[in-house]
Amino acid sequence: MSQEVKVIEKHDVVIRFSGDSGDGMQLAGNIFSTVSATVGNDISTFPDYPADIRAPQGSLTGVSGFQVHIGADKVYTPGDKCDVLVAMNAAALKTQYKFAKSTACIIIDTDAFQKGDLEKAEFKTGNPIEEMGIQQDVIAAPISQMVKDCLAGTGMDNKAMLKCRNMFAVGLVCWLFNRDLKIAEDFIRDKFAKKPDVAEANIRVIHAGYDYGHNTHASVAHTYKVESKVAVPGRYMDITGNKATAYGFIAAAEKAGLKLFLGSYPITPATDVLHELSKHKSLGVTTVQCEDEISGCATSVGAAFAGALAVTSTSGPGVCLKSEAMNLAVIMELPLVVLDVQRGGPSTGLPTKSEQTDLLQALFGRNGESPMPVIAAASPTDCFDAAYMASKIALEHMTPVVLLTDAFVANGSSSWKLPKLAEYPAINPPYVTPEMKGNYTPYKRNSETGVRYWAIPGQEGYTHILGGLEKDANTGAISTDPENHNFMCRLRAEKVEKIPVPDVKVQGYVDDADLLIVGFGGTYGHLYSAMDEMNKAGKKVAFAHFTYLNPLPKNTAAVLKKYKKVVVAEQNFGQFAGYLRMKVDNFVPYQFNEVKGQPFIVAELVEAFNKIIED
Amino acid sequence: MKNIMCEYTAKDFKKGQPRWCPGCGDHFFLASLHKAMAEIGIAPWETAVISGIGCSSRLPYYMNTYAMQTIHGRAAAISTGAKVANPDLTIWQISGDGDGLAIGGNHFIHAVRRNINLNMILLNNRIYGLTKGQYSPTSPRGFVSKSSPYGTVEDPFRPAELCFGARGRFFARTIATDDAGTVEVLKAAALHKGASVCEVLQNCVIFNNGTHDAIAKKEDRARNAIYLRHGQPMLFGENNEYGLMQEGFGLKVVKPGENGITEKDILIHDAHCMDNTLQLKLALMEGPDFPIALGVIRDVEAPTYEEAVHEQIEEVSSKKKYHNFEELLMTNDIWEVK
Repeated sequence: MSQEVKVIEKHDVVIRFSGDSGDGMQLAGNIFSTVSATVGNDISTFPDYPADIRAPQGSLTGVSGFQVHIGADKVYTPGDKCDVLVAMNAAALKTQYKFAKSTACIIIDTDAFQKGDLEKAEFKTGNPIEEMGIQQDVIAAPISQMVKDCLAGTGMDNKAMLKCRNMFAVGLVCWLFNRDLKIAEDFIRDKFAKKPDVAEANIRVIHAGYDYGHNTHASVAHTYKVESKVAVPGRYMDITGNKATAYGFIAAAEKAGLKLFLGSYPITPATDVLHELSKHKSLGVTTVQCEDEISGCATSVGAAFAGALAVTSTSGPGVCLKSEAMNLAVIMELPLVVLDVQRGGPSTGLPTKSEQTDLLQALFGRNGESPMPVIAAASPTDCFDAAYMASKIALEHMTPVVLLTDAFVANGSSSWKLPKLAEYPAINPPYVTPEMKGNYTPYKRNSETGVRYWAIPGQEGYTHILGGLEKDANTGAISTDPENHNFMCRLRAEKVEKIPVPDVKVQGYVDDADLLIVGFGGTYGHLYSAMDEMNKAGKKVAFAHFTYLNPLPKNTAAVLKKYKKVVVAEQNFGQFAGYLRMKVDNFVPYQFNEVKGQPFIVAELVEAFNKIIED
Repeated sequence: MKNIMCEYTAKDFKKGQPRWCPGCGDHFFLASLHKAMAEIGIAPWETAVISGIGCSSRLPYYMNTYAMQTIHGRAAAISTGAKVANPDLTIWQISGDGDGLAIGGNHFIHAVRRNINLNMILLNNRIYGLTKGQYSPTSPRGFVSKSSPYGTVEDPFRPAELCFGARGRFFARTIATDDAGTVEVLKAAALHKGASVCEVLQNCVIFNNGTHDAIAKKEDRARNAIYLRHGQPMLFGENNEYGLMQEGFGLKVVKPGENGITEKDILIHDAHCMDNTLQLKLALMEGPDFPIALGVIRDVEAPTYEEAVHEQIEEVSSKKKYHNFEELLMTNDIWEVK
């Protein structure tokens, strides 16, 4: 034991913490990712949790996982498979083993592999490792017992002590990756600032886990080190997509000098946005938890009329209910952001899982000619920019905007360089001017942008009526005139078409790729990684990822028609591919479509794309 | 926010030419609303009138205020958002019995429950007029209409009951043909801080003519209705010859001077009583055995939602140390890469 264990340097590693829903796997993952990020690694995390709040303890359906990908350079995904799998009970090993690489190291708590645990996990024999044919290194440690020994004499009861098991795993993983425990200690002291006893107990257990690894070498041949090379200097934090979205709205409201209003109804996986915004009353944020999804959108339309930056947050099933009020905002030309954190459908579908199946709903899912800008966030941190730009477009172009994220980017996290609001573009809503006083009508517009002017109630000289009925373009009175209706529909469509959006960027072999990968929204990281891997293997691949879906970037057709082969890869049955074919003449792409509720697996993408190149 | 400096007339609130059927109760109500708004004295540009869909929801088009005619059933929710976002606006929410109690029933009860400071007008003609004559949630059981040729087989909502069930703090009733009574009720609604529900009984000359005939005319009202005024004895009849008194758990119509009953036995109206038991009983009275109650039936104080929201914002703001985005960022676990 005196012999030092060899340290292997890795470019990046993936660790998956798994256990019962109540085992604190997310906290364990968060601590480890924060520790890694603090020393300058790039991180990407992904929680994979069941829909049940607390499934029966030890059951297969109750397992929740939290995957952390840390890298010396930038990491784009939480990783396909893991280098280290922590399984806190038998059910976790059974369900999560499929995520372990053939070279992985597996850590189990043998105290949670007793007869009862094995039965609950539906093992047939007393030896799960053999039964599953596991060949990898297994660190089998009596974690529960060691935690209890470590906390003996603290006066904690058995249950409270066992709650600290996750910290033992963190300690062991920190040893395995040669991490300094000081950062973890700081994190825990801060997290449990109001419960110092709990903080100290957790810190003791982390040290116990670390020391166990150090003293026994935990039957591994070597430990790892992931150097930090990335890092543009600056200040960073770890942020989830939902939190970044909420921050984007807050930042946009501040920039525009407006109050932020959120009308919402709880729905997985969007609820965290409601939670986050509800906290920030000191920033003047108003949140109304409404009686239903319809009211969530309707109150926001009312708030927009009254002069707020109005947002409503939901997931696909909620968009179905909101669509009528969204359409009201279309015809009234009021600024509104509708956040759709997509999940598996149809109907209630897979509430905690991720898909991109709401695209056509966002673009077209309303009665009448109902043009609406649509933006899709590419990653957890991109949610901030996407929410900011969605708000800017809504306010400056007097239109509802759909912001698409998904369960994967919403719950996943990455390290985020703190933005400087001063560097973000100004937001200038088209307010009425003093010259319009007394002769204002609501549907007169700026001839260049096609945008109408915004008269916020409470100002003398601008009283007017908005409504769901078609209005005369000049007077604003109700009109059923056929020519006027045709004209107004065109005006609303042109207004959206005129919104300036940045060109779509092409990465990789821009000039001579044999294959262009096309995607949108939350699949960015996986598609980028697939391109990167293929190019490193000597292929010539380019990648164009869309954030602005309506209007599409001006260079869309040029980019799509430039390459011999194009594959549109998306987590639906071809909604984006179909939309692009509608917009770009003679565009016939290959398609990669999957609706499994899980993120893409880079290895599968590479395999499929290679076949297309060979086709 | 009363504008004492400026006197308004009904004309200042008028706009356009109403296009309801001649004789429609909406004409009467609109005239009373214009008059009431002038007397209330809040500027047209500090007022918003917000409706849903239906004949009566056309009303905002005839208002020289900020206004929205929205979508079916959602006026209460849209008004809620507008009021919470801008509490300085005085909002009149206009709905019919279909808009407010059928498709919009959920928003109606929740706006009342939250006690949003809205003047919520429910124009009740017990029929769907704009879609040409189907029964509504306030049509009586057995009502024959185009969609119920053999009579309905369902009981109606009684708006007061729904309002009280949602903890309503203000409920008043008037009939559109009674201008003075309507103006009085609307002024009381405007004065009340919180969700003020006004049921306006109104005739549909085309599809449900005569539905409120028992009290449509002044002389009939004297017999078949009772005007409730806070602090006044509950007397009615052409010469106030009838009164209401409590008997057991119920109400009873009596004649003071007969059977040893004196004016002292007659109930005195208490609109400000927190316990709504008697107020509900009054609101649910129906002919022919009882007079229909008109006037302000319930009017009690309670904190309004939007006030509480903004008080909380101020309270939390005074305690929290971050007040802009930059400061918000600093509340997170931050690390520095040099």
